[in-house]
Amino acid sequence: MKYQSQKVAIPYFIGALTLFFGQIVFGLIAGFQYLDGSFLFPALPFDVVRMSHTNLLIVWLLMSFMGAAYYIVPEEAQTELYSPKLALITFWVFLTAAVLTILSYLFIPYAHLAALTGNAALPTMGRGYLEQPLPTKVGIVLVALSLLFNVTMTLIKGRKTTINWILVGSLWGLALLFLPAFYFPEDTVKASFAWWWVVHGWVEGDWELILGALLGFILIKMTGVDREIVEKWLYIIVAMTLISGIIGIGHHYYYTGAPAYWIWLGSIFSILEPIPFMLLIAFSFKMLMQRRREHPNKAAMLWALGTPIMAFLGAGVWGLMITLAPAQYYMHGTNFTAAHGHLAFFGAYVMISLSIISYAMPLLRGRLANSAAAQRWEITGFWVMVLSMLVIALALTGAGIVTVILQRAADHPMSFMQVEGKARVFFWVREVAGFSFFAGLLIYLRSFFITGDYEYTSEIKQALAR
Amino acid sequence: MQQVFTKAMARNIFLGGSVFFLAIYVALSIDTWHRIPERDHADKLTPAVLQGKYIFDTNNCIGCHTVNGEGAYFAPELGNVYKRRGPAFIKAWIQAQPTGIPGRRQMPNFHLTQKQLDDLVLYLQWLSNIDTNNWPPNIQG
Ligand code: HEM
Ligand code: HEM
Ligand SMILES: [Fe+2]
Repeated sequence: MKYQSQKVAIPYFIGALTLFFGQIVFGLIAGFQYLDGSFLFPALPFDVVRMSHTNLLIVWLLMSFMGAAYYIVPEEAQTELYSPKLALITFWVFLTAAVLTILSYLFIPYAHLAALTGNAALPTMGRGYLEQPLPTKVGIVLVALSLLFNVTMTLIKGRKTTINWILVGSLWGLALLFLPAFYFPEDTVKASFAWWWVVHGWVEGDWELILGALLGFILIKMTGVDREIVEKWLYIIVAMTLISGIIGIGHHYYYTGAPAYWIWLGSIFSILEPIPFMLLIAFSFKMLMQRRREHPNKAAMLWALGTPIMAFLGAGVWGLMITLAPAQYYMHGTNFTAAHGHLAFFGAYVMISLSIISYAMPLLRGRLANSAAAQRWEITGFWVMVLSMLVIALALTGAGIVTVILQRAADHPMSFMQVEGKARVFFWVREVAGFSFFAGLLIYLRSFFITGDYEYTSEIKQALAR
Repeated sequence: MQQVFTKAMARNIFLGGSVFFLAIYVALSIDTWHRIPERDHADKLTPAVLQGKYIFDTNNCIGCHTVNGEGAYFAPELGNVYKRRGPAFIKAWIQAQPTGIPGRRQMPNFHLTQKQLDDLVLYLQWLSNIDTNNWPPNIQG
């Protein structure tokens, strides 16, 4: 850490991890309701638990991206953040809005919430991930404007690096792509078409740029590789993202009422979408090979190398599985989608968030790296979470296969509820792996409470003794 | 190689490529916009259907169900439920919730009026007539 104002990232990172914890608790409840449908009913119907789970995910990822921006932009621009105070106020506004929104989900029936918050005047509620009542959506825009103002002013007054251009540019993109959340056409087919501008536009477009910028920053810092090389790679990666991903949005338009030409366009372009993820792997490992220094923060390096691999698996491999129109004909809207959604969100955006937190938090707490003991906890947390998530994805894939065989592609298709009964074993596996994920999260969080610096001398002595 | 392909070239591919494909996307979307009304019979979006849609959205139906494959995977597809079950069954079903059968997945009771039920069913009927390129593969959704 070089600038005092970077410290404002701390509350963002802590807030993000707190909401992450909440997200997983709701995930466990939702997963359990798959096994016992009357669990917590009618106090917490499944839809309430589910939207708490998904909305917490989105909010904590946004919070960690913001923390990352407040950390990275000043360092890259070589100047203090334009207004640390504004960033801090914004944090509290954001956290309060997020908590109030989740509480309103839990305690107010959705239809009442809609009536209370003026949804009739400008309907925006009732779409996946965008379930928030109008005041929350407006709040998100205000928070985004404050962030954009702050980082853009910092960028303008300081050194202009490629990382900063891509990062600040993609934060603008993130905010702009949220605006269709206010546009909810009465025609359901149009509404679905436009909904993907936000969802696909974020995860398979704009956020990949954020991912690239954060990973590029971490790798420059940790490997000491020449900035020019990193930046050239970054441009190629983000170019491939948008070249494949913009028309690739067509993979959501096959069976939702849009014209049939999307079947060709979506299939052709979206099979290219794994390419940027492959490039990310090649890039990270090349930087690792060419490293000019050994950074003592082994945990951060593990996160940074794990991210492209898991992102490629979740987005690239699992995405490819469901992206060609003939395959999606049978897999669309089954647990194949859920398997892909979990592995991709986790591998790409959860892991890049935990990477930047892992790299920056020790520096923000005044040390280059955490003690070896703390890192051992963090690395254990890494493996338990990663392996558990793989099992969750495999279990959901199993459930998806059951649906395809018994319901979608069968000569005598079974009804949905019957099929769910047949897939029960997979929902058990998902839930057990979910608890194991939760254990991994606790282990990971424990690492923050182990104090102490990384001790070069004692580590070297120990290594020599071995 | 390193010198031949410069950072500036990479940046230009990024900027040029994005603008190019974004322009194509916008053009295609405009075309799609013109074709959707015919494919989904937008002329049949009567006030009653739209009322039904509002009830559908503000009770978060896609928090458990899918519509044309989009939503959640906890409960059956609703895009074609009108054809699968018919109007009388759907109304009776909604009114009979929750089943209260221990262990079975539970759907809440939304306390809808007769008029609201009628509108909701009209919306489900509208949904069932969208041209979705023959999806779902069969009536079970
Ligand atoms: C990190 C990047 C990605 C993330 C976070 C992500 C996440 C998701 C999520 C959450 C959904 C479900 C949306 C819903 O609720 O309906 C979804 C759907 C889908 N994704 Fe991705 N995705 C990513 C990348 C990709 C890539 C690279 C591909 C293609 C190669 C892809 C192909 C698809 C397809 C085809 C669907 C629709 C599945 C269906 O028809 O049910 N995704 N994605
Ligand atoms: C960091 C880890 C996780 C991420 C990134 C994540 C992400 C998501 C996303 C994007 C969705 C919505 C898309 C979909 O319907 O699949 C979702 C739904 C869901 N998640 Fe997670 N999740 C995580 C962990 C968990 C855990 C540990 C559990 C519990 C065992 C869980 C259980 C569920 C359930 C039951 C749903 C609803 C799926 C449905 O509609 O039927 N999640 N999650
Ligand atoms: Fe997509």
